[in-house]
Amino acid sequence: MSAIIEAENLTKTFGDVRALDGLSLVAESGRVTALLGPNGAGKTTFVSAVATLLAPSSGELRVAGIDARRDPKRVRQVIGLAGQYASVEPAMTGRENLELVARLFGLDRRSAKQAASAVLERLTLTDAGDRLVRTYSGGMRRRLDLGASLVGQPRLLLLDEPTTGLDPRGRQELWDAIRALVADGTDVLMTTQYLEEADQLARDVVIIDHGHVIAAGTPEDLKSQAGRDVVEVRPHSSHDLTEIAELLERVAGSHARIDVDTQRVSVSVDRGAADLASAVRELDERNLRVDDIGLRRPTLDEVFLTLTGQPIDGTPEPAHSA
Amino acid sequence: MTTDTAPHTTIESVDPTAAPQPPTSGASFATTTLGTARRTILQFFRTPQLLVMGTVQGALFLFMFRYVFGGAISTGGAISYVDFLVPGFLVTTVLWTGMSAASGVAEDSSTGVYDRLRSLPIPRSAVMFGRAIADTALVAWGLLITGGLGFALGFRTHASFGSVLLGVLLTVLAGFACTWIFVFLGLVAGNAQAAQGMSMLVIPFSFVSSANVPIRSMPGWMQPFAANQPITVIINAVRSLMQGGTQAVGIDHSTGYWVGLSLVWCAAITLVFGALCVSRFARTR
Repeated sequence: MSAIIEAENLTKTFGDVRALDGLSLVAESGRVTALLGPNGAGKTTFVSAVATLLAPSSGELRVAGIDARRDPKRVRQVIGLAGQYASVEPAMTGRENLELVARLFGLDRRSAKQAASAVLERLTLTDAGDRLVRTYSGGMRRRLDLGASLVGQPRLLLLDEPTTGLDPRGRQELWDAIRALVADGTDVLMTTQYLEEADQLARDVVIIDHGHVIAAGTPEDLKSQAGRDVVEVRPHSSHDLTEIAELLERVAGSHARIDVDTQRVSVSVDRGAADLASAVRELDERNLRVDDIGLRRPTLDEVFLTLTGQPIDGTPEPAHSA
Repeated sequence: MTTDTAPHTTIESVDPTAAPQPPTSGASFATTTLGTARRTILQFFRTPQLLVMGTVQGALFLFMFRYVFGGAISTGGAISYVDFLVPGFLVTTVLWTGMSAASGVAEDSSTGVYDRLRSLPIPRSAVMFGRAIADTALVAWGLLITGGLGFALGFRTHASFGSVLLGVLLTVLAGFACTWIFVFLGLVAGNAQAAQGMSMLVIPFSFVSSANVPIRSMPGWMQPFAANQPITVIINAVRSLMQGGTQAVGIDHSTGYWVGLSLVWCAAITLVFGALCVSRFARTR
């Protein structure tokens, strides 16, 4: 398996800020690699370096085997970029937008028309193709923007937070579109703040924070590497949240997290099923009614918390009850 | 524009990933210039607010100067005020139209449009050139509208057709030169609001000029700037070309002198700001 992106000890400084601080990673060809990290972790800076929008201060960067620092023009022939905004033109039709990018990629007029039609078809935008983009929904714009990044048939797609700001349905549609592309063999590097997104789409996940890589692997690898199993309880009554949290902390010997929004208490455990069994026994003895209790693998959210000591959205861990 | 007349192609015949083609070398300078220019022009003509507001604003200003202030202003030459006003008004239209270039460029910078263009295998300078060409076309459109309004309000030329045409061409050329200034402001502004604010520098150049009143009616300390700044130079040239010479419009020197000086100014502005725009857009941070 060949590497589509190889970064070696990459740094980028803006004044005093080290946006990339010795970042090294290898993205294999033929799969989706997701860069996961909080705001300001360096995700967009790295994508911009791969897209030749900015030059790294030091380090090595090869894209499809091409030295991106020495030969950025050749890198531009093999990449397609979809940034954080849907940067399609609202006053042009979807088809016109795609044809423009295809032409700029170097396709002749006829091939550009064909490529635009094909992309509209595969993103299920054919019916809307001849309407002005300003009449599109947010999700449709994002899909068209994705289309603009792939209409030139690049080997590598760079997607910077492709679903930020989309409603759940728009997100689902975009995920489906990305999955279909990958099935066709396009390499994808994407950034996301959403753990679920990385989990859903990516074969490889690279967790970065403060400009360098903290962990890398498949979502499963990362979960077993950094995360212990989790016992999660949904009490029948919200009054019991605190008491159940205290009980779980005694059983597991580690601190429990209360999620008030979803009315759940969770705790990491060392002994899996045995700890689950003791939790059930203790709850029963105290007559604490629960609607749901179970043992599950940790989410990437919890993995990130374990690895960095910070939740992924960058807000400090809320004070827990114990 | 007739994109939808192509026969609907089936997916198997055109699937872009069916056979990986050799990497293209990207679009030529001309293709990039025309493609990006077309986008800017479509953006203008398909956005009714832009189209209507620009026209209404121009009409209102022209109407006010012609009828509200006009009566109190003496041209100092042989021509009537409306014949004095409209050539100057045409040249300042170049500035007012150009302002939208600054906010358009700032918008494209901040919404990722330029990031995408920079990631494509195209000559980056062609993107700037396309912008300048498109905005010059929009200036020409603005001149057409303003000129038409001027004629409706009683403006008449007093020179040969060739001389008037030369005046129009010189105004369009000035539009091309000034566009580079606005594109540069848009590139450095960061967002559309800031760009709009920066383009307020249009106001002194537009009003402290010979556009609406003769320079000699201004206070002494203001006259050196007013008489020598480039917009005045270009207005003097265009006015003389359209109204039958410098004497008729009440200024010194010959028409040739003002035309020559205008060309020098246009060339200087284009070279300096063109180079600034291209290097700013093409640089990799």
